Amino acid sequence: MNTVTKMLTASGLALALIAGPALASEHKQENAEDYAFSFEGPFGKYDKAQLKRGWKVFYEVCYSCHSLKYIRFRNLTEPGGPGFSKDEIKKFIKENEIVVDAGYNEDGEPATRPARLSDAIPNPYKSEAQAKASNNNAVPPDLSLIVKAREGWYYPWYSSPIIKLFKGNGGAEYVRSFVSGFEDAPDGEEKEGLNYNPYFKGHWTAMPPPLSGDDVEYSDGAKPTLEQEATDVAAFLTWASQPKLEERKRVGLMTMLFLGVFALMMYAVKRALWAGVKH
Amino acid sequence: MSGHSAYEFKNPIARWLDERLPVLSIVRGQLVDFPTPRNLNYWWTFGGILATMLVIQLLTGIVLVMHYTPHVAMAGDSVEHIMRDVNWGWLLRWMHANGAAFFFIAVYIHMFRGLYYGSYKSPREILWMIGVIIFIVMMATAFMGYVLPWGQMSYWGAVVITNLFSAFPYIGEPIVQWLWGGFTVGNPTLQRFFSLHYLLPFVLAALVFLHVWALHITGNNNPAGIEVKSKEDTLPFHPYYTMKDLFAIVVFLMFYAAFVFYSPWYMGHSINFAPANPMVTPEHIVPEWYFLPFYAMLRAIPSKLGGVIVMFSSLIILFFLPWLDTSKVKSLKYRPLARQFFWLLVIVCLTLGIAGSQPATGAWLLVARLATAWYFIHFLVILPLLGFIEKPKPMPASISEAVLGKEAA
Amino acid sequence: MTSTVENAGASRRDFLYIATGTVGAAGTALALWPFIDQMNPDASVLALASTEFDMAPLEEGQGVTIKWRGKPVFIRHRTKKEIEEARKTPLADLKDPVARNLNLPPDAKATDENRVKDANGKVNEKYLVQIGICTHLGCVPLGESGDYDGWFCPCHGSHYDSAGRIRKGPAPRNLDIPPYKYTTDTQIVIG
Repeated sequence: MNTVTKMLTASGLALALIAGPALASEHKQENAEDYAFSFEGPFGKYDKAQLKRGWKVFYEVCYSCHSLKYIRFRNLTEPGGPGFSKDEIKKFIKENEIVVDAGYNEDGEPATRPARLSDAIPNPYKSEAQAKASNNNAVPPDLSLIVKAREGWYYPWYSSPIIKLFKGNGGAEYVRSFVSGFEDAPDGEEKEGLNYNPYFKGHWTAMPPPLSGDDVEYSDGAKPTLEQEATDVAAFLTWASQPKLEERKRVGLMTMLFLGVFALMMYAVKRALWAGVKH
Repeated sequence: MSGHSAYEFKNPIARWLDERLPVLSIVRGQLVDFPTPRNLNYWWTFGGILATMLVIQLLTGIVLVMHYTPHVAMAGDSVEHIMRDVNWGWLLRWMHANGAAFFFIAVYIHMFRGLYYGSYKSPREILWMIGVIIFIVMMATAFMGYVLPWGQMSYWGAVVITNLFSAFPYIGEPIVQWLWGGFTVGNPTLQRFFSLHYLLPFVLAALVFLHVWALHITGNNNPAGIEVKSKEDTLPFHPYYTMKDLFAIVVFLMFYAAFVFYSPWYMGHSINFAPANPMVTPEHIVPEWYFLPFYAMLRAIPSKLGGVIVMFSSLIILFFLPWLDTSKVKSLKYRPLARQFFWLLVIVCLTLGIAGSQPATGAWLLVARLATAWYFIHFLVILPLLGFIEKPKPMPASISEAVLGKEAA
Repeated sequence: MTSTVENAGASRRDFLYIATGTVGAAGTALALWPFIDQMNPDASVLALASTEFDMAPLEEGQGVTIKWRGKPVFIRHRTKKEIEEARKTPLADLKDPVARNLNLPPDAKATDENRVKDANGKVNEKYLVQIGICTHLGCVPLGESGDYDGWFCPCHGSHYDSAGRIRKGPAPRNLDIPPYKYTTDTQIVIG
C-alpha cells in the first residue's frame, strides 16, 4: 500500500472511533451482562436440567402473558431439547388441564379438547385484542424466536462485527439481563403503567418485573434465586428459538473435518499435477 | 463449437453419439482440452467457485420451495416449519441464506480481479458486460429472496427499495403501484417476488452460459495481461485447472460451512426474526451487507431522484468501463500509478459499505458523500486520463517469457 | 515390472488421485442425502402418525370411519350374528388365506380371531379395526352391504365378509388391519 491509501485507512479508522460513541449515546441501552451459557462455542450443548427448569419458569411465569407458538408439546420430548419423556408431558397436560381449540360444538359454542403431544402450546389469549386489553395496550410478543430477534451488545460491540462473530448477537444474554434487570429509575422518575429497565430500548416497558426470586419450586435442588431463574429461562428460550442447535453443531463438526481432509488431499493432487510445470 | 465432430472417439457408442450430436466433442474441446494460459493465479479460481455457488443456490432453493408457502399469513410459519420439522430443513435454509452472501463475496472478488488485470478490455468487452448484467440480476434475485421470510426487515426492505421507483416524476407512482399490485407492499407483492425469485436464477444460469461462451471465444485473460501467442503459453484446462479450481472450491466451501454451521445468521439481521408489521418501522433499516455500498450512495445525495439516479449510475457506468479505460496495457502489474488508484477504489468501496451500515447523519454522511464522489471520479476522470499520463513498465513479449522471467529473477 | 524411481513416483501419484477421487465422491454422495431426505415425511407429519380412539361409545352394530394417516379406518362393534358367521366360515372358503394383520406375522391364518388381534396379542372379538381401502384399486368400500354381511366395494364389485375378508370379486387380498394396540379395554392407539 502507498501513502495515499495509508492516509485514507487512518482517517477511516479515526472516523469510526468518532462515530462509534456518538451512535451509542443515541441508543442509551445498556449492554447485557456477558454470561457463559453451556450452549456457546462450537461444541456447546444445552444443559438438559437447565432447560427443564427454564420450561418451569416459562410455564409458570412468562406463559401467563406470552405465547410460544412454534413449540409443540412433542418438542419437549425430542432429542436436543429438555428431554422430558412422552409420559411426563402427557401427565403434565392432564394435570394442568391444557386444552386447545376444537372449532364449535353442537350448540354453536366454542369447543375445546385436551391438548395432544402434536399440538402447539396454545396462546394464553384468545385474540390479539384480548392480549392488548389485558396488558395496558401492549401485545406481549411471542417468545418462540425472541432470543434470535434480540441483540445484547451495543457500544462498543455495536460497531465491531469481529467481536460479534465470536460472541454472537447476545440474544440469550439480553433475555437474562432484561428479565432480572428491573429497577427504580435513577432519578426516581415514575411513569404510569410503565416500568424502568436499563436493558430495554428506551428504558421504559409496559412489562412488569416478571421475577423476584422464589417464583417457582425447582425439583432438582437448584435454588430459585432471581439470577438462577433468569438464566434458566434464557437458556430455555434459546432452545425454543434453535431446537436444532445441537444437531447443527454435530453435523458441522463432521462437515468441517471432511472438508479439511479433502482440502489437504486436493492440495496434494494439485501439487502433484503441477510439479514440473512452469507457471 | 463447430457442427462437426473434431475428435475420433475410440468407444463405438461415444463415436456413434458424437457423429449425430457432438456433445462429447464440445465437452472435450471446451472443458478438457481447452487451451488456458499457464500463468493463471488463484484469483482466477473464483469463476469456478461462482459456478459452484450458483448450483448450490439452485439446488437448495428448489427443495426449499417444496416446503415454503408464499403468503403473508403463512410465509414466516412455513420458514419456521422448515427450520423445525422438515428433515434437514435447518441445513437447507441456512445453506441458502448464507449461500447468497458467499455468492456475493465471490462475485466481488471476481469483479475486482477483472478490474486489476484489465479483463474487461478488448477483446473481452462483451464478456465483461454480460458479467455486469449477471451482477445486476443477482442483486435483484437476492433482494427478492430476502423478502420471502416476511420478517420485519424483509417487509421494510421491500417497502424502501420498491419506493426507489417512486422518485421518477409522473411515472413513479404508477410504477410502484404496479410493482406492489396494491397500495402498499402486501400479499400480491410477496407472491410476485416469490415467482420472480424462482425464475431469475434460471435467467442467471442462461447468462452464465453466455458469459462462459464469450470467455471461450476470446480465451482467458491472465495476470500478465498478454494474449496467448503460442502453444507454449497454454496448458489444457483439464486436469491442470479443473484440479486447481476444485482445490480452491473446497477451501472456499470451508469458510462457507463455518458460517452455515456455527454462525448461520451472523450476516442477517436479528430484527428479521420478528414478523412483518406494516404499522411499525424498525428504528435502523439496513439492507444485506452486499448492498451497503449502493445504499450509502443512495443516501449520500440529498435529493430523492438524485440519489436513485446516482445509485443506478454506479452500476450503469460499469458497462462503459472498457472504453473509459484508455490504457493499452491490461494488467496493473505493469501500471504502477493505476495500481495505486485501484487500491484506493477498493478502500473507497469498503468505506461506502461501512458508511451504508451507519445512520446517515454527521460524519458518516460526509464520508459517504466523499466516497461516492470518488467512485465516479475514478471511472469518469482518473481512468481516462491515466492512459495518457502513465508510462507503463516494460512488458515481457509473451506469457511463457513472463513465466521464465519470473524464474530468472 | 521394473521398479524404477519414476515408476514408484507414478504409482504413488495414481494412489493419491484414486484416493482423492473416492473421498470426493463419498462426500458428494453424503451431501446429497439431505436433498433426498427432505422429501420424507417431516416431524409434524410423523407426530400425527398415531391416532387414539375410544370405542366405548360404539353400540353393537354400530361402526365409524376415522382418519388415520389420511386414510379411512373402519371401526365396527360387530353383532353376535356377524361374529358367529365369521367364525363358522371354513378357511378353505376364503380367497385369501392369510390374516393381513400388520400386528401378526405375515403368514398368520385368516381366522376370525387373527383378524381382531392387536399388537400385544389381545383379542376383543367385538371390535373389528381395519383400513377401509379396497385391496383391488383403492376405493372405499360401503359398510353393512354385500353378499356376506360385511363390506361391498361399489367400484368393481368386491364383497368382504363380516371379518373384512375378501369373498367374491376382483380384490386380491383381505382388508388390511392397521398396527394398533389396546391401552384400556375399549381404548386403542392406531399406528
